[in-house]
Amino acid sequence: MDLDFSAAEDAFRAEARAWLTAHVPDTPLPSLETEEGFAAHREWEGTLSADRWSVVSWPEEYGGRGASLLKWLIFEEEYFAAGAPGRVSQNGINLLAPTLFEHGTDEQRARVLPSMASGEVIWAQAWSEPESGSDLASLRSTAERTDGGWLLRGQKTWSSRAAFADRAFGLFRSDPGAAKPHQGLTYLMFPLDADGVTVRPIGRLDGKPAFAELFLDDVFVPDEDVIGAPGQGWRVAMSTAGNERGLTLRSPGRFTAAAERLTRLWRETADPSDTALRDRVADAVIGARAYRLFSYGGVSRVAAGGSIGAESSLNKVFWSELDIALHETALDLLGPYGELSDGAADAPAHGGWAEGHTFSLAGPVYAGTNEIQRDIIAERLLGLPKGRR
Amino acid sequence: MRFLLDDEQREFARSLDGMLTAADTPGAARAWAAGDTTPGRALWGRLADAGVFALAVPERHDGLGPLPVELAVAFTELGRHAVPGPLVETVAAAAFLDRLDDAAASARLPQIASGKVLVSLCVPEAGSPYALDADTADAVLVVEGDTVRLADTAGPVQPSADPARRLARPLGGAVLAQGPAVTAAAAHACEVAALVTAAQSLGLGRALLERTVEYVKQRTQFGVAIGSFQAVKHRLADTLIALEFAQPLLHSAALALAEGADHAAAEVAAAKVTAGEAAYAAARTALQLHGAVGYTEELDLALWIRKARPLRDAWGTPAACRARVLAS
Ligand SMILES: Cc1cc2nc3c(=O)[nH]c(=O)nc-3n(C[C@H](O)[C@H](O)[C@H](O)COP(=O)(O)OP(=O)(O)OC[C@H]3O[C@@H](n4cnc5c(N)ncnc54)[C@H](O)[C@@H]3O)c2cc1C
Repeated sequence: MDLDFSAAEDAFRAEARAWLTAHVPDTPLPSLETEEGFAAHREWEGTLSADRWSVVSWPEEYGGRGASLLKWLIFEEEYFAAGAPGRVSQNGINLLAPTLFEHGTDEQRARVLPSMASGEVIWAQAWSEPESGSDLASLRSTAERTDGGWLLRGQKTWSSRAAFADRAFGLFRSDPGAAKPHQGLTYLMFPLDADGVTVRPIGRLDGKPAFAELFLDDVFVPDEDVIGAPGQGWRVAMSTAGNERGLTLRSPGRFTAAAERLTRLWRETADPSDTALRDRVADAVIGARAYRLFSYGGVSRVAAGGSIGAESSLNKVFWSELDIALHETALDLLGPYGELSDGAADAPAHGGWAEGHTFSLAGPVYAGTNEIQRDIIAERLLGLPKGRR
Repeated sequence: MRFLLDDEQREFARSLDGMLTAADTPGAARAWAAGDTTPGRALWGRLADAGVFALAVPERHDGLGPLPVELAVAFTELGRHAVPGPLVETVAAAAFLDRLDDAAASARLPQIASGKVLVSLCVPEAGSPYALDADTADAVLVVEGDTVRLADTAGPVQPSADPARRLARPLGGAVLAQGPAVTAAAAHACEVAALVTAAQSLGLGRALLERTVEYVKQRTQFGVAIGSFQAVKHRLADTLIALEFAQPLLHSAALALAEGADHAAAEVAAAKVTAGEAAYAAARTALQLHGAVGYTEELDLALWIRKARPLRDAWGTPAACRARVLAS
């Protein structure tokens, strides 16, 4: 057991750092949850991918560097430490890509992945429906067989940034007569500007227009856009959903960097005799360190041939609560300035805390609510009896 | 000893609740956030007619008060309905002017009591350099040290996490008064502000809880109401516990203030920190249990969620309040 990096890993870190120092924009981009910010971030994805930094762990043929998961973690640490922009391509990279690597065809990978890596095509996740949130398997949108493909009907909701994205991936009921809700589902990809698709933006709590509802009215999808076997959509989706709440959605670099910013804020603004606040800053720093080390453990396990299963629920609960604690502590350090939105003239310079706080409150909801994650932890990791559900 | 609101106080709360329910208060709050204060002003007039502002004004200046207990009752309802505007600041300004001197008081208090003027008050030493709604208030008072100014410009409005709160740093203005009386009057005004902010938080928390309880009874997942899941029940039970224990602290603080007791400051601080934290926790619970729809601005719920954190920190942060509890 050791925590030392190899010379190659150190060199990779240095190379990433040098590139980021040279390329990260000096002024933060507008929020990627707005149309203007979306476009600016798309351009940034292009800059990243031009030097093959957008998907370092992918094979080279799709625009990656074939880097190990550990190197990916290292890259992410450098990325967040450099204050680089949020990734507008995250849904595609974190959810669709792992699915295609595991269940897609060579043709699909060749067609979809390079344009995802470059930001040319940005993907939205169309899983949730108005009546199907935590109980995703109860979804009702349908895919009906037609000549050479499928016709999609129904309604999807809470699709992040679908108001601006190009394509979406989601689950549809292809066999309404199946015996159980999670049988007879098919996983498909579809364009958001196709005939029959209506996109309605929904305002978020932070005032950004970035959610959308999708109304699907006989949307044609060719057979080549089905992922995995028809009817096997649930298995296909679940085999990769762990990615979302596990490692890849929230790499530790984000929290390490936030804890660093919080520490700086504390040094600059805090009353040193306020030990309660000091303790919370320390706890946030310790939490970020624990998350980082836990992730190194996970990555080591995968490198040794293991896989991340239900443990991804531990990650999800931990990072979402750590994120809220970090932001709440920052707001308490800021006192009356904490309520200022980030656009305000007096908003703290190395900030983003107010907007970050509002978004952190959504962490225990998306990627599987924390109530559901705790059930998974209790049942699958602790072996407790299944509750009524 | 009878530590309960009397019939008249309860009836007052019920009538305010009924009036605010009928008045499309969420619509007024949304308009206020968008910069249209007309519906909010109209609501303000009706609150004045119901006697809300007169509670902060003594009888000799055409008021009914000062009546801190009734103010706490009223502000709980204002919080429950997310009424926009410098409500706290106006009431605190009345307390300030009343203590300052009779000339200043007779010039403004009758108009405050009748609802004709909205006043913003800013005491940077008490926490925030910002005056709430300074751009719409009819008068903005700024207390610095032993001097009070009547600001002549609001200064640019800065956006708050709660769009219905419009923050500005008021500039310039003539000195209205100076001396130890200003300092003493401001200290009293800050206590009143903290008390009614605590009451607003309590009402806000109750509204969040009520709405969430309704929602979890309606929303089904896995074929049952989500309110039947133990994780959901426990979280709502904890929310109720926190709010129920904030209420007696609030009422006791109002009594202490009414009696002019020495321990009033500490009691108000205890109520403020407890109600503020309970309301913020209720907001987190409401968001969580509504799921994604709780993270949108489409439901009126957003009006309450976004107010919870700013109110928790206004007129005394939790840290400042805790320090005050121990200082006495
Ligand atoms: C910021 C954000 C971004 C999102 N982006 C996307 C996206 O891009 N694409 C997409 O498809 N979806 C997206 N979502 C939706 C997200 O996946 C859902 O919000 C989530 O699955 C929960 O569903 P729900 O909102 O319908 O809540 P519900 O399932 O209605 O849950 C409401 C409450 O009940 C609780 N509950 C439900 N069932 C149980 C149970 N069995 N035991 C205990 N408690 C329970 C929940 O934990 C929650 O607290 C996003 C959501 C947010 C907030």
